[in-house]
Amino acid sequence: MLAVDSLTVSHGPVTALREVSFSAARGAITAVLGANGAGKTTLLRTVSGLHRAGAGSITLDGRPIDRLPAESMVALGLAHVPEGRGVITELSVEENLRLGGLGRGRVRPGDLDLAYDLFGVLAERRNQLAGTLSGGERQMLVIGRALMARPEILLLDEPSLGLAPRVVAQIFALLRRLVVDQGLSVLLVEQNAISALSVADRGVVLHLGRVVADEEASRLAADDQLRHAYLGF
Amino acid sequence: MQQFINTALGGLTTGMVYAAFALALVLIWRSTRVVNFAQAPMAMVTTFVALAVIDAGFSYWIGFAVALAAGLVLGAIMERGVMRHVQGKGEINAVILTLGLFIVLHAAAAVVFGNDFRSFPAPFGVRGIEVGGRTVALTGFGIFTIIAVLVVMGLLVALFRFTDLGLRMRAAAFNPEVARLLGVRVPRMMTLGWALASLVGSLAGLLIAGGSLIHPSYMDSVVVLGFVAAVLGGLDSPLGAVVGGLLLGVTLAFVSGYLGSQLVALAALLILMIVLMVRPGGIFSTTAARRV
Ligand SMILES: Nc1ncnc2c1ncn2[C@@H]1O[C@H](COP(=O)(O)OP(=O)(O)OP(=O)(O)O)[C@@H](O)[C@H]1O
Ligand SMILES: [Mg+2]
Repeated sequence: MLAVDSLTVSHGPVTALREVSFSAARGAITAVLGANGAGKTTLLRTVSGLHRAGAGSITLDGRPIDRLPAESMVALGLAHVPEGRGVITELSVEENLRLGGLGRGRVRPGDLDLAYDLFGVLAERRNQLAGTLSGGERQMLVIGRALMARPEILLLDEPSLGLAPRVVAQIFALLRRLVVDQGLSVLLVEQNAISALSVADRGVVLHLGRVVADEEASRLAADDQLRHAYLGF
Repeated sequence: MQQFINTALGGLTTGMVYAAFALALVLIWRSTRVVNFAQAPMAMVTTFVALAVIDAGFSYWIGFAVALAAGLVLGAIMERGVMRHVQGKGEINAVILTLGLFIVLHAAAAVVFGNDFRSFPAPFGVRGIEVGGRTVALTGFGIFTIIAVLVVMGLLVALFRFTDLGLRMRAAAFNPEVARLLGVRVPRMMTLGWALASLVGSLAGLLIAGGSLIHPSYMDSVVVLGFVAAVLGGLDSPLGAVVGGLLLGVTLAFVSGYLGSQLVALAALLILMIVLMVRPGGIFSTTAARRV
């Protein structure tokens, strides 16, 4: 279980998260929702060690991880797919995927099939520079690359950004499948609350850096007041 | 005709050295966005180390190997001990720091090794070889120069293209933050990048020194030409550095041979201006990646 306790994070004078506490259970999808600037990205970046918390703690199965450097997270089974599609544009599709696998040790020739089986289009483009991919293909590449490390917990920052609803539905269906079949845990940051709640088990709503709701996804989706106030649907 | 061939061969040999020096600059630029002005004095120091080893009675080859190893270590020390502390605090600071290192290394070398011209041995003949009764301007040492640079480049290409370490180094250079999220130890890759660059620079230093005189500032003229070669190639491209170096070496040899050696610096500048007007990103600039 990934647990965040009384986390306070600042960017210089701007306090982006205030005393945020919640936990993401194993084998479940936990959605973190909220408007622009609510602090969602800051939360993920702090969990994966790219940013340091001012106060509070982050634990993985009870073990504190908030002092560890970002580069050691993959080895702990944590994979972070950053906001804005973090493909390395100067590397080929295949090199991006290989790099993902290296996070967990060696990459054997057949290992890449893991990603190619999930996203057939990547196999067709394997030798192309990642910078030539379309937005949707890039999203598939970063998710495939994260899965190459065989993570136990996947941190996803707005995977639906700029994608057609059909592609979003496919990606969310894939997440669900990985959770059910392989016991993957997902911490899913989204603005697209309707889609996210339809696939998530639990929902955490951030508003101006504070947790204003932490409930089962279905109950959140049914709470009219909360929806209108914070989720805009 | 013979003069033409001799000029071309001479240009090819010096071009290889420029290429090696440019490659050293490119390796550091790629991974840290720093133009390392201290590259020349670093190579000078390691060449003096080689000379000290040879003077102590060891063979040329031991001196050669020790100098390359010293280059590796010196590069790592520079990155760890100095450059790392200005990382992310404004790129211009880092560049000015390398200028500072330039001066410090010069002064230190003058103190430690003395300020005199000293002759440096060459392992092969420095006289032209004979082909069909005629002497061409390709010396034994010239052939060694070309082969040594080609071998080192081949090894670098193999490292970057075909090994996991090379892939990690490229990832760290292109996108450090994403690389970290994928478990790449970015600072370590930067140290390694500096070490390798410094090794290649040391090679250039040894090749320039072979069969001639060295002095704390003997590498300084190469800084400018090596830099021009690197910019010609696009600064980001190792292959570009090599092509830029060869292009510069051969062109300048012809300028020097047919027009007069006093025009060499001017010609280098002219080539740079023309290339940058036609292709502002350098000969090997890749088209910018699409932004989705
Ligand atoms: N590097 C930074 N420097 C200064 N302020 C920052 C920085 N990053 C984020 N902030 C501020 O912190 C707050 C939270 O930002 P964050 O990116 O976490 O929001 P978000 O919920 O991910 O928003 P979005 O949905 O737009 O991606 C915002 O007010 C933002 O302006
Ligand atoms: Mg965000």
